[in-house]
Parts: sequence; structure tokens; C-alpha cells
Amino acid sequence: MNRGSSSGRFRNTEAANGLMMVSPTAIYAVLLLAAPLIAVVLYSLMVDSKVGLSAGLTFDNYITVWTGRIDQALMLRSLTVSAMVTLVTVALAYPVAYFVSFHVRPERKSMWIFLITIPFWTSYLIRVFLWKVILGYNGVINSGLMSLGIIDEPLTVINYSLGSMIMTLAHAYAAFAILPIFVSLEKIDRSFLEAGQDLGESKLMTFFRVTLPLSMPGVIAAVLIVFIPTIGDYVTPELIGGGKLPMIANRIEAIMLKQNDKALGSAIAMTAMLIVAAVAVVFLLLNRRFLKGQSK
Amino acid sequence: MKNPSLKLYAVAYLIFLYAPIALLPLFAFNDSKVIAFPLAGFTTNWFAEMWADQQLFKAFGNSLLIAVCASLLATTLGIFAARASTRYKFPGKAGILGLIMLPMVLPEMIVSMALLVVLIAIGVPLSIFTIILGHVLICTPFAVAILTSAFQSLDRSLEEAAYDLGETAASTFRLIILPLVMPGIISSLLICFTISLDEFIIAYFLGGNQTVLSVYIFGQFRFPAKVPAVMALGFVLVCISICLLTIAEYFRRRGIARTGGKDTGGFL
Repeated sequence: MNRGSSSGRFRNTEAANGLMMVSPTAIYAVLLLAAPLIAVVLYSLMVDSKVGLSAGLTFDNYITVWTGRIDQALMLRSLTVSAMVTLVTVALAYPVAYFVSFHVRPERKSMWIFLITIPFWTSYLIRVFLWKVILGYNGVINSGLMSLGIIDEPLTVINYSLGSMIMTLAHAYAAFAILPIFVSLEKIDRSFLEAGQDLGESKLMTFFRVTLPLSMPGVIAAVLIVFIPTIGDYVTPELIGGGKLPMIANRIEAIMLKQNDKALGSAIAMTAMLIVAAVAVVFLLLNRRFLKGQSK
Repeated sequence: MKNPSLKLYAVAYLIFLYAPIALLPLFAFNDSKVIAFPLAGFTTNWFAEMWADQQLFKAFGNSLLIAVCASLLATTLGIFAARASTRYKFPGKAGILGLIMLPMVLPEMIVSMALLVVLIAIGVPLSIFTIILGHVLICTPFAVAILTSAFQSLDRSLEEAAYDLGETAASTFRLIILPLVMPGIISSLLICFTISLDEFIIAYFLGGNQTVLSVYIFGQFRFPAKVPAVMALGFVLVCISICLLTIAEYFRRRGIARTGGKDTGGFL
């Protein structure tokens, strides 16, 4: 290879080696992720997606989405469902993560974590469908209770409701919430807890004043990791909601593909992304605050 | 145990996690067209019905092809990114790695719609190939996460010793680094394979008229008569993924033992 000395020197620097090494993955991400996302932004600003950019740029699509009653209602429903799912999942998961981190012998911890993660790796579609089977009108709960003679008629409150969607999603994302909380609990120096108790705090107060604040980064990671995929969930509203309780993802599909309005569809997708980003930023700032509080 | 109520809660939680899956074998072997109690008796008919469906085999074949390609490509891309992030400092590192990891925190619907819009605009026909493109994109962050921890536990001095003994960069990678991170590579392959096999949204929207396993299952839900056969299929799939995960866990633990690290548990 016949290269100039300066480029030869550059080729051997650490920065150049690092960039060379990361470039295949980075180029793939730029071509298949960054470029399509930019395309969606452009589409969302188009007057008419069939004409293209030549007709000029406009914010009309966003105004249509943000003022439209259906879109507003669907955004609100998606936010409510994913906020509830996040709350339920994280609140139920915390004691389990705490138990595994503090009360399980070290050599058995990875077995517990393995047991918790197995259901998460089984087909998501099948798990969602199982909840439909469990909660349906002629489903497992209703038929079970009826054959036991506890109820005479099928319960209707449990099928096709927001509650059953929340239940299904909370079950689907359970493992997602436990892992980050577990990791942050594992990092806590156990001597802090002894120090707290030596200084006269009760066990409960030690938990609230030492353990809980120190595990906050894990809780925040769990919140984000559950919130983000659930707000964009497509399968659960389709199967559990019976198509009667659509969320943002179903709306994007309807506008983008069924009505073939790519401009409006892109504006909805971008709005969903903005909501997700706003929630993420709020929680990341909270996280920073917790980290700051610790270093003081 | 110091706190019996906490342990009780943890066990109850595990039961909650497994209860729906426990229904699969129950109704897969139940001799009734409806999924309801009381159970009617034992049958293996649903497995036979599942086995006789030609469409299922075609969809499964497509899924296998996609999952093999996607896991190989994503793991290869993951090795580059993980090696770069653990070994080198370079300008824009946080931004570049952030972009690579972004699909992990984006709703899949948005990823698939963005890809779909571009593919349609530049006139690429939807096929198995386009599903692979999408799956590589969403599997790569998981591969990077697993492989980064594998590369991190490498002892830098082993590499330096190889250089001192006269090995080149390429032969050091092949003789020293690759064998040490091999368990990480294998568990990355298995995890990516499982994710791709299970993935629905991208396969549904980017597949055109090509059916893969998850899309086939979703289609079957519309027909109540097909439900018991889907339960049988689900049971088979759960068994397969438990086998794959056990193998992945075995390699992960062996990798940790080999590099002399401490087991901290979990894949992520």
C-alpha cells in the first residue's frame, strides 16, 4: 500500500483504529436507521406525500394530529395504558429484585434470574394470546369459575377492557423490569446498610433512606425499558382489545397503510416519538438528580 | 431465610409469570375444540393437525432462514462495535454507539414504519430479504450488549503478551481474543436467533406476501377452530426456546469461568 506518511500515521492512531473498527456497524445503523428516521421527518412535513417535497413544507400535519379528537384520545389512551403498565410492573417487580439480591444465597442468584427470564424469551404473540384465552368471555377464568359453581354467568368485566390490556402487558414486560432493578441493588455496598443500622435507624428506615435511593437508577431504567415498548405496542390492542381499543401503533398502521396517507401517518409517528423522548428526558434528568444527591 | 413473607411473594410472582405458559400443555393435549374448563380428555390430535399444515412448514422454513441470517449478521456487526467500544477511544464514540443502540429504545412500530416508507420510496420489493434487514437492525443492540461484557472481561495483558511474543494484530485476534470471547459470541447468536424467530411487527409489515412463523400464528388467531392447534404449536415453540436458552446460559457461564470473572447473573 502506497500511502502518504501523514495518512499512514493517522491510520495507526487509536482514534482511527477505533473508527475503522466501529464503521461497519455504524454505517449499517446510519443507512437503515438514521436515514429512514430522517425520511419520516421529511414525510411528516409534506403537503401531500404523493406529490413529494416540491409542494413545499408545512406543519399542517402536526396541527391536524394534535388537534384531532381521535388522535388526542388515542395518544391519551396509549399514555394511560403504558403509564399504568409501568407503575404496576415496576411496583410488583421491585420486591422480587430485592428478594433475589438481598435474601438469596450468591451461588443461587443466577438460577433465580434465569427462572425469571425464561418466560420472557418465549413467543410474545403466544403469551398475549394466552391472556386472551384466559380472560375471554368463554375463557379459562370464566369457564373455570363456572364449573366450580362460584359464578353462574360469565364475567364480562375482564374481557376487552383497558384493565385486561394492562394486565397482559404487565405480565409480558415483567422480566424487563426486574433485571435493571436487580443490577442496581447488587451494586449497593452492604456496609452502608450496616452503617445505617449502627447509627440507630430501624431496618425499615434504612431501606427508605439508603437502599431505595441507591437503587433509583435501576428503577428509572426499568421505567424507561417498560414504558417505551408498551406505548408503541400493536399486538395487545389488536388481540386483547379486540380492535375496539386501538393505541397509537394501530392508528399509525391505519393511516399509513390502510388510508395510505404517509404524511399524516409520519406526523403521528413523530408525535409518538416526541412523547417517548419527552418522558425519557424527564426520567433521565431525575436519574441525574439522584446521582448528584449521592455524590454530595 | 430472614423474611419468609418476601420469599412467599417472590414464589407467588414466579407462579404468576409461569401460569399462562402452563396452560399451553394443558390445552394442547385437551380433547376439545374450545379452550375452557372442564378438561375433556387426552389427545394428540392437535399436534397431528399442526404437523399436517403445509403452510406452517413453509412459514417455519422462512423464519429459520431469516433467524440464521439475522443472527449471523447482527453478531458480526456486534463484534465490530463491541471491540471498538471496549478497546479504543475515538471521537464521537458516545454518539455513534448511541445510534447503534437506539433500536432498543424505539417502539418497533416506528422502526418498521420508517423502514417501510424508505423501502417503498426507493422501490425495493418486500421480501424475506427486507425482513432480514430489519431484524439485523433490532438484534444488533442486543449483540453489542452481550459482546461488550464478553470483551470487557478480557485481560488486556494477554493480548500484550501475544504481541510481545511476535504475533500480529490479526493472529492475536484469531488465537487469543476470539477463543476467549467465543462463549459470548455463541450466546449472542442464540439470543439474536430467538429474538428474530419471535419478532412480529417487522416481519408483518416488511414481509410483503412472505409469511413467517409469527405472522402465521397471528393469522391463525382469527379462526377459533384453529386455536387448539396453535396451543400445540406454542407448546413446541416454548420447549424449543427453553432448550436454546439453557444452551445459551451454559455457554455464558462457561465464558465467565474461562476468563476468571464472577457470575453476576442474567443476559442483559
